[in-house]
Amino acid sequence: MDVAIGHELPPFSRETGFAVWNRYAAVNDEFVPIHMDDEVGRAAGMPGAFGMGNLQLAYLHNVVRDWLGDNGRIVSLECQFRKVNDKGQTVTARGRVVRVDGRHVDLEVWTEDQDGNQLAPGRCSVLLQS
Amino acid sequence: MASTLISEDMRNEVGRELARMVSYPVSASDIRKWALAVYYPEQPPERFWDEQAAADSQWGTIVAPEDFNPFAWLTAVPRGVRGQDGVRDPDRTEHALGIAGPGLKFQLNGGVSVAYGAPIRPGDVITSVERLAGYTEREGRLGLMLFTVYESTWTNQRDEFVKRTRLTLIRY
Repeated sequence: MDVAIGHELPPFSRETGFAVWNRYAAVNDEFVPIHMDDEVGRAAGMPGAFGMGNLQLAYLHNVVRDWLGDNGRIVSLECQFRKVNDKGQTVTARGRVVRVDGRHVDLEVWTEDQDGNQLAPGRCSVLLQS
Repeated sequence: MASTLISEDMRNEVGRELARMVSYPVSASDIRKWALAVYYPEQPPERFWDEQAAADSQWGTIVAPEDFNPFAWLTAVPRGVRGQDGVRDPDRTEHALGIAGPGLKFQLNGGVSVAYGAPIRPGDVITSVERLAGYTEREGRLGLMLFTVYESTWTNQRDEFVKRTRLTLIRY
């Protein structure tokens, strides 16, 4: 596994909309009107219904987890929800190694839309297997 | 417009325990369904749904995805279906504390920061203790916005640290 500074993780992409949001709502009990109803989304100042921040967080875990495989574990992960995930967007979770200290590796992680606009930027720390 | 959204009553509640929950025992099916949802429409990694693949992994058994939530829908403590109506009240935190809230109309998840300890395995019973960690405010695109930080600490039935989440709720 490549842990050199600057290494980019294989991206994790999903087309987003009710097909993924409703499945997430079903497991997280998150049937909140702003994620279900375009009118409620517009009333909240957005173009329509939008995706859950927690699902962006899940995709950030997925991109790091899929890269790590059996070689380590996630110690911490944080992100801000800067832009909402609108219906029809292709969301890609990405990561880049920014620091390596023995078995401790820090990553810059983020989700972005199909135009490269960041939705949820953050950081992740992982601990590699000894 | 109010010059501050943070009342004296609200400031006095910072640090207060807001909620204590205990999950039902986590099942392998709960973990499978979570993994299916967060990887949909592609297949989740086999170690989340195949006992042999999990046994061959670094974990030795099935473990939940880090972001798994064992408190959705129904909790053992408080007993029963979690009420959903209150979740839509933006002032639910203050109302639960018996004080007036800022009365803002909308709420958004601003961000999260999570630190992990022991993984969650089938059979685990998770306890969550949530505290009100703080209030801040600032002027934003949609007016004066209130940021509330909630800190939840999860432990398992062996009293091992599972995770600590700091969530920032934005109200505007």
